[in-house]
Amino acid sequence: MTEALHFQPQDRPFINPLYLFRWEESQDSYVMLYPEGVVKLNETAGAILRHCDGETAVSAMIEELRQVYSGGDEQVAAGVHHFLKVAHAKGWIRIKS
Amino acid sequence: MPKAGSESSLDGQGKPLWLVLELTYRCPLKCPWCSNPVDFGRAGANELTTDEWMRVMAEGRKLGALQLGFTGGEPMLRPDLEELVAEASRLGYYTNLITSGVGLNDGRLAALKRAGLNQIQLSIQSADRALTDSLVGARCHDLKIDVARKIKAQGFPMVLNVPLFRHNADQVEEILDMAEGLGVDYLELANIQYYNWALLNRTELLPTLEQMRLAEQAVVAARARLGERMTIYFVIPDYFEQRPKACMNGWGAIHLTIAPDGAALPCQEARQITSLEFPTVREHSLKWLWEESPTFNTFRGDTWMKAPCRNCDEKERDFGGCRCQAFLLTGDAANTDPACARSEHHHLIEEAIAESGRHGRTAQPLVMRQTCAAK
Repeated sequence: MTEALHFQPQDRPFINPLYLFRWEESQDSYVMLYPEGVVKLNETAGAILRHCDGETAVSAMIEELRQVYSGGDEQVAAGVHHFLKVAHAKGWIRIKS
Repeated sequence: MPKAGSESSLDGQGKPLWLVLELTYRCPLKCPWCSNPVDFGRAGANELTTDEWMRVMAEGRKLGALQLGFTGGEPMLRPDLEELVAEASRLGYYTNLITSGVGLNDGRLAALKRAGLNQIQLSIQSADRALTDSLVGARCHDLKIDVARKIKAQGFPMVLNVPLFRHNADQVEEILDMAEGLGVDYLELANIQYYNWALLNRTELLPTLEQMRLAEQAVVAARARLGERMTIYFVIPDYFEQRPKACMNGWGAIHLTIAPDGAALPCQEARQITSLEFPTVREHSLKWLWEESPTFNTFRGDTWMKAPCRNCDEKERDFGGCRCQAFLLTGDAANTDPACARSEHHHLIEEAIAESGRHGRTAQPLVMRQTCAAK
């Protein structure tokens, strides 16, 4: 619905307050809850959204995820950017810059 | 509840992800499409107590329920609503209140916010005061608009539900404008489904296909204009679709409703299937009702299916449609939903549409929801 958005390193994304993002034990995963909907998130999506707190800049987020995920630095950065774009288009996250 | 247009990308894996509590069948309004039983006075006597609802919510979380709906009747008529919401939040549910807005004053709205309520779905029937008031049998259009503004001011996601039928289907553009003006986040243009009161009034309420096409055009234009500012749900009713809806994502798959007297239902309409029994939470644990009760297991999977569903390549997609509709229109809940053009009973749907739109037919007054139902 939204045009594709490329996040800048200094952007600080946060969860859209219409959504509830949290860990759900019974699903062994993070979930996104909203009016009329439930989305179960895969591990990497959960790891990225956990950093979408309005405080953490995209650059810092990538830095931290590099410690956790194998694969080249470029690959992690590209993965984060791609996911943020998708999550923004879905309305899950907004930006503080 | 997962109605038309709602999203659940989460397979239940056998869990009742959606728990809906019909706190009461009582309601100050008289909507002639009400989804409550026609004999709601009898079926709704002996409402569960606060403690009983608390137990249901706790057991639901243990079974893996994530979404919790408080509905009715009018749930605001329960003075313990705030208490129940607070407990639901503590348990970790995403909490939804489904209300007509009547009784939702400033004090209670603030208390619900404090209790952790996540969202409120408010119903309104048109953009026109006189029409809303006459359709619901009470002067409450202005009140609903006022409540919509207060919900928004409290910072809740603004979900507006507009039931659609012949009397308001030509006003979709006006309704879209009204919703935009109110800052609505989610607009559900919910074509009513024909059970209970709506089935009683079906001939008068059924829209025409032409009305639906024009409504759809208005929705498409509004989506293009409003973009992400407002999410609009609109689905053509199953009567006009040639294929049945994937009702509740399948019987006993992800949805569990508890009626005011504690009866456990696979959907809010299921009580109409009089060939089944619906045990209550007063007699059994929620776990037993969900996992073991014969009622919930009757239409799980596809071994119950008859032809043409049994051999149909679409059975995984629509699960044979709606069991309640099959029962109400054909007398056997295991039949293919007659909304499907492949059903041998599909003529019942076509005849209903034809009769409703017949030229020269004398219009009947709508049977308003009331305790002594005219049958």
